[in-house]
Amino acid sequence: MPEQKIIEIEVLRYLPEADQAPHSEVYKVPFTDDMSVLQGVQYIKDNLDGSLTFRWSCRMAICGSCGMMINGIPKLSCETFIRDYYPKRITVEALANFPIEKDLVVDLSGFIEKLESIQPYIIPKEPRTVEQGEYIQTPAQFAEYIQFTSCINCTLCYAACPQVGLDPDFIGPGAMALLHRYNMDSRDGGQAQRMELVASVEGVYNCGAVGYCSEVCPKKVNPGNAVNINKINAAKDYFLRFLSPKGGAK
Amino acid sequence: MKTRKRSNVPIFWLLFGAGGMMAALFGPVLVFITGIAVPLGLLLPKNTMSYENMLAFSQNFIGKGFIFAVIFLLSWHAAHRIFHELHGIGIHQGAVAKLLTYGVAFIVSLIAAAILLGLGF
Amino acid sequence: MDGWWKKNPYYVEFMVHEATALFVAAYAITLLFGLIRLGQGPEAWNGWLEAMQSPLSIIFHLALLAGFVYHTFTWFKLFPLTTPPIVINGKKLEPCAIVGGGWAAAIGAAVVSFVIVWGIAA
Repeated sequence: MPEQKIIEIEVLRYLPEADQAPHSEVYKVPFTDDMSVLQGVQYIKDNLDGSLTFRWSCRMAICGSCGMMINGIPKLSCETFIRDYYPKRITVEALANFPIEKDLVVDLSGFIEKLESIQPYIIPKEPRTVEQGEYIQTPAQFAEYIQFTSCINCTLCYAACPQVGLDPDFIGPGAMALLHRYNMDSRDGGQAQRMELVASVEGVYNCGAVGYCSEVCPKKVNPGNAVNINKINAAKDYFLRFLSPKGGAK
Repeated sequence: MKTRKRSNVPIFWLLFGAGGMMAALFGPVLVFITGIAVPLGLLLPKNTMSYENMLAFSQNFIGKGFIFAVIFLLSWHAAHRIFHELHGIGIHQGAVAKLLTYGVAFIVSLIAAAILLGLGF
Repeated sequence: MDGWWKKNPYYVEFMVHEATALFVAAYAITLLFGLIRLGQGPEAWNGWLEAMQSPLSIIFHLALLAGFVYHTFTWFKLFPLTTPPIVINGKKLEPCAIVGGGWAAAIGAAVVSFVIVWGIAA
C-alpha cells in the first residue's frame, strides 16, 4: 500500500456563543486523490471535531450549498480537490461578504430577501385563463433566457463581488441573473415592474464591472452580464420614461 | 413593497461609456499623433499641427465638435471611473470626491467650450 | 473591505485597468492646455508645440500611450461581460469573436484616423 498522504486544512472557526471573533484552527487530514475539500471537512467533523459546522447536500455541484472561500477564492467545496493543493496547506473560510452564523455557515437572509424582491416568477402580460391552454415558446425564445436559469443560488458571485462588500444593499449578481431570466422570458411581462428595483440606488449601477462574479460562477451563468445588460435597460428607462405613457419606475 | 429611490447614475454612466469608447477607438492614435509623431517629426508632414492648420481645424464646424467631444468625453469618462474607484479604496462618495472628479470634468468642459466658441466659426 | 483589491490578482488587474482613467484624465488636461494656448494666438501655440518636444513630454506621452493601449485592450476584453449578446443568424456570437472584433475595430479606427490626419495635413 502507498504511504498515506496528509494535508493540513486550516478552518476559520466561529462559535457565536463562545467566541468574540472568528479564529483559525489547523487539522491534519489523511486523504486520497479522489477526495474533495468537502470530504476533507467532513473527515474533520467525523473524526477530529464534531462541532465543526458547514452546509452541504448533493456532493455533485448542483445543490449550491457547499460554497466556501478556499485559499481566498469562492468555490464549491464538493468540486474542489485536495490533490490540487497538496502539499500546501488549504485554508477554508465562510463565504466572504456575508455575516457568519457559525463556522462555515453564513447568514443568507439578506440574499433571500434580494431574491424575493426581484419577483422571481412569471408575471403574465395580460390575465390568462386555463382554457387558453399552454404558452407556446419557440426554441429561439427559449434560448434568450436558458443561460440564466442555470443559477443554483450558491452565492459564490456575492462572495466574489467587492461592490457587495462595499454596499451590502446592492441587489448583486445572482439575484440580477434571475431577474434577467424572467425579463427575457417571452411569457413574462414584468420588466416594467422590476425596473423600479433595477434603476434604484440599490440597483445595477453599484456594479463597477469587476466581472469576478462571472469568473467564479460554477454554472457559467455570467451573472455580471445580466447586471450590465440591465444598466443599458435602466439608462433607456431613465431617459425615455418621459416619452412612455406608462412612465416607467417612480 | 419598499419604495425605492431612482438612481441618477445613468447620466454619468452614459458619459463614462461614450468616453470609454472614444478613448478605446481614438485615444491611442491621438496620443501618438499629438504627443509623439508631431513633436518628433515622425511620419506626418511638418506643418500638421501648425497654428494655421489648428486654427482652421478649430474653426471648422466638424473640427470644433471633434475637439470638444474628445476633451468632454475623456474627462467625464475619467471622472466617473476615478469616482467609482475612490469609493473602492475607501474614500466614500461625499462632496469632496464629487468635486475632485465630476467637478473637475465640469470645469474642464466649460473652459474647452468657452475657448472653442471664442475661436469663432 | 480595506485593501480588498490587493487580495486577489483578479482584483489587482481590475484596479490597474481602472487606473487607466488617470492617464485619460491627464491627456484630456494636456489637450485642454493646448486648446488654451491655441486660443491665445500663434506665439502661445508655438510655445506649446515646443514644450511638447521636450524629452520629458515625450516620455510622458509614451506613458500615456501605454495607458491608452491598455485601456483599449481591457475595454473590449470586458465586452462579453458588459454588453448584450450579439446574435447573427440566430446564433450568439462567441465571446472571443466579440473581443476580437472590438480589437480589430480599434486598430481600424486608429489606422483610418491616422490616414485622415495625414491626408488633411499633406
